[in-house]
Amino acid sequence: MIDRTVLKEHFVKWVLVAFALSSLLFLFLIFAFILGEGLPLFLKVGAKKIIFGMKWAPTKGYFGIFPMIISSFLVTLGALTIGAPLGLSCAIYLSEYSGKRMKMLLKPAIELLAGIPSVVFGFLGVIYIVPLVRNYLGGSGFSLISTSLVLGVMILPTIISISFDALVSVPKTYREASAAMGATKWQTIYKVIIPSAKSGILASFILGMGRAIGETMAVIMIAGNALKIPTSLLDPLRTLTGNIALELAYATGDHRLALFSTGVVLMIIIMALNYIANFGIKRKIAK
Amino acid sequence: MHMLLRLFVLLAVIPGLCVACGNTGSNAGKQSITVAGSTSVMPFTEKLAEHFMIDSKDTAIDVQGGGSTAGVQATINRTVDIGMSSRELKDDEKVLNRIVICHDGIAVVVHRDNPVTALTLDEIRGVFSGKISNWRQLGWVNRKIDAVSREEGSGTRGAFEELVMKGREIDDATMVQDSNGSVKEVVATDPYAIGYISMGLVDSKVKPVSINGIRPSLATIRSGKYRIVRPFLYLTNGEPDKRARRFIDYVLSKDGQRILRNEGLVGVHD
Repeated sequence: MIDRTVLKEHFVKWVLVAFALSSLLFLFLIFAFILGEGLPLFLKVGAKKIIFGMKWAPTKGYFGIFPMIISSFLVTLGALTIGAPLGLSCAIYLSEYSGKRMKMLLKPAIELLAGIPSVVFGFLGVIYIVPLVRNYLGGSGFSLISTSLVLGVMILPTIISISFDALVSVPKTYREASAAMGATKWQTIYKVIIPSAKSGILASFILGMGRAIGETMAVIMIAGNALKIPTSLLDPLRTLTGNIALELAYATGDHRLALFSTGVVLMIIIMALNYIANFGIKRKIAK
Repeated sequence: MHMLLRLFVLLAVIPGLCVACGNTGSNAGKQSITVAGSTSVMPFTEKLAEHFMIDSKDTAIDVQGGGSTAGVQATINRTVDIGMSSRELKDDEKVLNRIVICHDGIAVVVHRDNPVTALTLDEIRGVFSGKISNWRQLGWVNRKIDAVSREEGSGTRGAFEELVMKGREIDDATMVQDSNGSVKEVVATDPYAIGYISMGLVDSKVKPVSINGIRPSLATIRSGKYRIVRPFLYLTNGEPDKRARRFIDYVLSKDGQRILRNEGLVGVHD
């Protein structure tokens, strides 16, 4: 009898191990496929011509994605400019000021915001934000500023929840000590809590950046997808993810490989961002 | 440990079973024809296939997209019975057997409120190559032109480059949308936009402009006056076999051509 129970325990454990490892396997497979498909073109054309090339016309032999790399970073910075102050303020309010009732209202609302599919954001962007920008600011409306606005809202849940966690994990004794020194609440937040939660807050910004740079559906709907590097906030632009999604359907041969190469560059950027974010958090824990 | 092994075997078998289920069922005992390629031709082929299958219940037609270039490649590799293309064959692709099933005009469209109704081919080329960038140059207000194109690799873009651009490159500042529908949507909402779409899809939401004085319509395409017209092609590798032949004959028959005409295309016999 005991034997069977033990066996069952082992069985369950091994099943769970297998499933847990499968996510690693998937990650490995994704890496292997993207690199396997994307690297040949790097070898054939040369990394410099792809990464720093200014001209993208894959059916005519030009594979430069530099404008898209710049555009991806521009929308990400734009999104952060909008999302970071809003998100951090919300996190500070939630952790330091809000009562239980407000928290019970806000937290599920933020989770709901995170659950809204990106195509819905894109649709709302096209229907409301694009015409607003076109009518009041000029240009076609499909622009850097519209995309940044929508992405800024989309990264709010990431920024709020991670910086909230960082803020509440600041020990209560810090707050008490600060209050005992005669500091006001805002002084405590500004001088004590934010500095000690700094790495967590930065990590939230960087993970938000990762979300913004990886966003695709909403971006192709709003960004206008022009190949030129935008020279004003009202110019359209094409991101790395948008490039893959736009042209995937028709791509064959080197064109298809070029899209995988775009994927390689994107993967490296996102890996770097995640590494920075994790490094920030880990350093904080090690302290 | 052997439990774990069994689990893996099970995991490996399940997807296999699913695939097996998917393949049997409807197609059992039927002959099947695979048609793949241009997404511009695909919706019409689907419609034709539906009608064809009502009459010949022993045949199943599997219609897939992938784009013109993919359709050409698949026909060359013999992975499909019939390839679809919405652009002319390039020189190295001319080994294939080419059947014109109908013609489709490409219309240059602007917003309904745009007073510009006529442009020359040179002006359109100028707009998309970036030489003309302000509506004032076309006799309207002093406002930037929001030109919208299709993505690289699209058959509609390929045909537009061949018939309108004639070697000039489409400017990098031109916006890009990934379907006829999205181009139409942009032009329908942005008063300063200009784009090009398949003529079968033009409706009251957008306004087609006449080019060199010729309005795009079935009549002007038929008479050969409207020149921005591309063929919709079916491709086979060598002579089509009996199954494929029957479907192609149906498409070229009176019934088949009527279906295409009702969709706003110009038949081969017109």
